Amino acid sequence: MTIFGWPEALFIVRAAGWTLLLTAISFLIGGLLGGVFAILRLSRIKAVRRFAASYILVIQSIPVLMVLFMSYYGLSLVGIELPPFFAASASLAIYVSAYLAEIWRGSIESVPFQQWEASASLAHSPAQTYRHVILPQAIRISLPPTVGFLVQLVKNTSIVSVVGFVELARAGQLVNNATFQPFQVFTLVAALYFCICFPLSRLSRHLEKVMNASRSH
Amino acid sequence: MQFQFEPVLAEADRILNGVLLTIGLSFGAIVLGLALAILLVAAKSLFGRWVGLLVDAYVELMRNTPFLVQLFMLFFGLPLLGIRMSGTEAALLAMTLNLGAYATEIIRAGVDSIHRSQLEAGVSLAMTERQVFQHVVLMPALARVWPALSSQFVLMLLASSICSFIAVPELSGTAAIIEQNTFRSFETYIVVTIIYLVLALTLKVALLWLGRKIFPRLSSVDRLDAKAEAA
Repeated sequence: MTIFGWPEALFIVRAAGWTLLLTAISFLIGGLLGGVFAILRLSRIKAVRRFAASYILVIQSIPVLMVLFMSYYGLSLVGIELPPFFAASASLAIYVSAYLAEIWRGSIESVPFQQWEASASLAHSPAQTYRHVILPQAIRISLPPTVGFLVQLVKNTSIVSVVGFVELARAGQLVNNATFQPFQVFTLVAALYFCICFPLSRLSRHLEKVMNASRSH
Repeated sequence: MQFQFEPVLAEADRILNGVLLTIGLSFGAIVLGLALAILLVAAKSLFGRWVGLLVDAYVELMRNTPFLVQLFMLFFGLPLLGIRMSGTEAALLAMTLNLGAYATEIIRAGVDSIHRSQLEAGVSLAMTERQVFQHVVLMPALARVWPALSSQFVLMLLASSICSFIAVPELSGTAAIIEQNTFRSFETYIVVTIIYLVLALTLKVALLWLGRKIFPRLSSVDRLDAKAEAA
């Protein structure tokens, strides 16, 4: 049995880098997909709206763990052998897309509808209306909940350890198996997650306050 | 590529046990977590600053670390303190503590939204401090935040799948066993995912119904508000 020392602690700290990378990649891909679904969800065509709504409802009603297993085993079933990192980012991106789509749809909808009419009266096309009138306002409104969701994403990256990807939680587990000093190991792991998440939580709350203040006058 | 669901469906008994454990864990965590949250919110408003700070610290710690790490900490750590727990008990404890923190934050937001004049009205009706808390603060606050609480409960049901990491034989844990028995990975996870979907949607509808039952007067007021807004 080894003792929990500097090499073990460094191993865990380095794994936090993978957690950050996984968060960044799945947030970017999931954000693009989520933006598309948010706009589809608000489409004028009923079938398109329904499709996007069902996608969001289904993904939000199943555990991220199942999305991960389905993409991992599903892809290998059709003969695509992806490294765990890809399966992990792909499934997290799917999870992200459903939640961000819903957050962003809410933000777009909370832009007063008169803004649409005003834009139309300026002979803007729907695409121009989105680009110049609706999105700039919607993005401001969506900022606090989006940053808040980022905290959920950082925490949820911990489950990809199950497909053999060594990120922060998995590193903790490996070190714990070797040293069997769970308090020291998981306190360090929890502290690292906390150092990433707490500032984001605070930022989200701060943005919310700033937004409310700016809206009241 | 050929789907074979028969070997998976042959394990229906095992799946059923997993479903029951998932429901049991979620139900237990919802009841205990809600009770814990109400106690903490009450403690925060009744006792002084230090209790408030302790509650805040607990809430922030739980909300900013992954459920998986909390689960590991309890499952691997408690035996070293001489507390023997089965995986299922550790899972229930972790779920309760996790949900308790989120529910505390949500209910506190509800309590903050109760106007001060309401408290004075309660006092002027000769209500005791306890009655004011229960009837003027807590119930209206719960009614207001019920949708947010409901979402959190559904998220907890989904997060219970993570308990399979410490070999708790709930629905996901069962899936891992069936996968090893049948070698039909994809089919197993399709079946289990559909069950989760049904469970989550059922819970959503049940919580909506329950909210209308528990807070009939308050939700009818909300409905009137909605009508007034629509008009």
